[in-house]
Amino acid sequence: MRCRRWAARPQPSREKVGSHEKRHTRCRFFFVWIAQVIVDILLQQVINGLVQGSVYALVALGYTMVYGILGLINFAHGEVVMIGAMIALTVLKALLAAAFAPVLAVLLSLLAAMAVCMALGYSIERIAYRPLRNAPRLAPLITAIGVSIVLQNLAMMIWGREYHSFPLPFNSVSHQFGGAIVNDVQIGIVVVALIIMLGLMWLVHRTRMGRAMRAVAENPSAAALMGVDINRVISVTFMLGSALAAIAGFMVSANYGIVHYYMGFMLGLKAFTAAVLGGIGNLRGAMLGGVLLGLIESLGAGYIGDLTGGFLGSNYQDVFAFFVLIAVLIFRPSGLLGEKLSERA
Amino acid sequence: MRLNHFLTRHFVLAIALLALPFIIDALFGHGWVRITDFALLYIMLALGLNIVVGYAGLLDLGYIAFFAVGAYTYALVSSPQFGLHWPMWITLPLGALIACGFGVLLGAPTLKLRGDYLAIVTLGFGEIIRIFLNNLNAPVNITNGPQGISAIDPLQIGSFSFGNSYQWMGMRVDDVHLHYYLFLGFTLLVIFISRRLEDSRIGRAWVAIREDEVAASAMGINTRNIKLLAFAMGATFGGISGGLFAGFQGFVSPESFSLMESIMVLCMVVLGGMGNVGGVVLGGVILVALPELFRNAAGPVQQALLGKVVVDPESLRMLMFGLALILVMLWRPAGLWPSTQRRREFAADDSVLQQEQETVYDASK
Repeated sequence: MRCRRWAARPQPSREKVGSHEKRHTRCRFFFVWIAQVIVDILLQQVINGLVQGSVYALVALGYTMVYGILGLINFAHGEVVMIGAMIALTVLKALLAAAFAPVLAVLLSLLAAMAVCMALGYSIERIAYRPLRNAPRLAPLITAIGVSIVLQNLAMMIWGREYHSFPLPFNSVSHQFGGAIVNDVQIGIVVVALIIMLGLMWLVHRTRMGRAMRAVAENPSAAALMGVDINRVISVTFMLGSALAAIAGFMVSANYGIVHYYMGFMLGLKAFTAAVLGGIGNLRGAMLGGVLLGLIESLGAGYIGDLTGGFLGSNYQDVFAFFVLIAVLIFRPSGLLGEKLSERA
Repeated sequence: MRLNHFLTRHFVLAIALLALPFIIDALFGHGWVRITDFALLYIMLALGLNIVVGYAGLLDLGYIAFFAVGAYTYALVSSPQFGLHWPMWITLPLGALIACGFGVLLGAPTLKLRGDYLAIVTLGFGEIIRIFLNNLNAPVNITNGPQGISAIDPLQIGSFSFGNSYQWMGMRVDDVHLHYYLFLGFTLLVIFISRRLEDSRIGRAWVAIREDEVAASAMGINTRNIKLLAFAMGATFGGISGGLFAGFQGFVSPESFSLMESIMVLCMVVLGGMGNVGGVVLGGVILVALPELFRNAAGPVQQALLGKVVVDPESLRMLMFGLALILVMLWRPAGLWPSTQRRREFAADDSVLQQEQETVYDASK
């Protein structure tokens, strides 16, 4: 229908010999062109979604590990990501100013951010969560909110309200990849995230510490009776999650080139959504949820206008993500990979 | 006889409440009366959320959406936006009704969800409402987008407007005082309803669902309807409070209904003492007053101690507020003023725990 109208317009003499074939070739050409554009946009959006989703997945793992063991929403986790990004920024700037080799500077700043965040995660748990372990369920939620407010304002005092640009010491080369464009940073994010997730799975399922973590998640008091030091396991969990958060913070800043004291809030919220989408408390669920949320968001932003006939623009991207979340939870009330909770959960 | 007793007991309190705005005005100035008005609005909100979270035990992180719905309903039908100027006694109930509808809309699909899954869905719901308010200025301009709706009519009964100042027996009564009395009336009504609900059949059903949903439904409670009722009831209070907010402020924009606001209201409920009306009121007063106190203290105190303002007072204020949240919760995990039932449960938990530990030690001997 659309094709015919498009082809008919510039055709003044329709009675001419051969006009029929001509129209057809034009029409086909048009379709090929449209399909090419759609595929290109699709590919580009899928790549963007994968990159964003890898970051979400790393942050979501932090939420889900803590939730699996303590049954607690660690609302301050997003701010840990932000602190990680800020530390990485500061150290990276200092090292580059001292003329370090770029690769060394990046590695050192990442390590510094991880170290600071691990210390931060450890202290948050000690100060705000451990004293409330036997308290009513919502009490640690409020302290978590308190910690989040404190960290955010502390960061605002130290680093100010302005947007900082994140200095990348090397050129991020863009590659043409079947019509879509990928740069080195994006490839790096996906690869590093994959390696880290594989490492985490190995740690949780193959090591002694991992076994202890799973035992505590299953039943803390039984684990304690079997000789597992619960406090140590919980501390390690928080430190692990915070280290992942630091890496995620570095990735986000490198990808967007911007660091801001408020960046942790929305990122944390999205990552938490991802963790719930996959089934909170489940590591594979957090990874799946993160990547899915990233894809949904970028595809939603790209196509929401076409789907609704131009009624909703890409500013409804977040609405789209939340609608998908709600729809998933209605049909699978404990997330995609979450275990079915017993009635008395 | 009983009425008499009631009166003598509440007489002093009533006088104090009636005189409060003028005392505050005389002591701290006009601005603080305004803050008191906001405190009353927040108390209404917190009491509404208390029904959902405190009584029925359903964690709602998007409660501010109902406040937004009430506020925008009022704003749309009594402002130049559509050229409508409906009177308050239509707009407030309308706002409450629409908010109630949204409450059921949120409640219906989430009945199966538990605990933190419910929390994230309500959070998403709140964000969805906010994003729609923010973007519904195109293609048809309904909410005027991020600019919000301004020049909203003041709250008005007949020709008596709460937005004006009046001279009364040689005393100047300003709009903030008038709003105080209006809001006080509504707050007392909400408190009354909450107290009556608490001991009613419905209130007990909510508590039963909170404690154990399976047992509650085995006892013949229609858990679906009772849960929906909790959402609808909480949302209604939120809607009324939102309408009053719009009329008082004269301006609404999506910015006032962010997730942080939902979290603040939740903090009031939990910090004050979940499920206890007095505790929730206390929590509301503290969480509204505290940031304001810090705001007034953060700058001048630095000036006095260090001779200059070293740290940005605004962030210092929020920093202190966050610290206060943590410290209060560590100090009193069940809230500042928990209900007697909760206090008992909390004490019981310890003894049960101790008992269990003792048996465990006995077994190991």
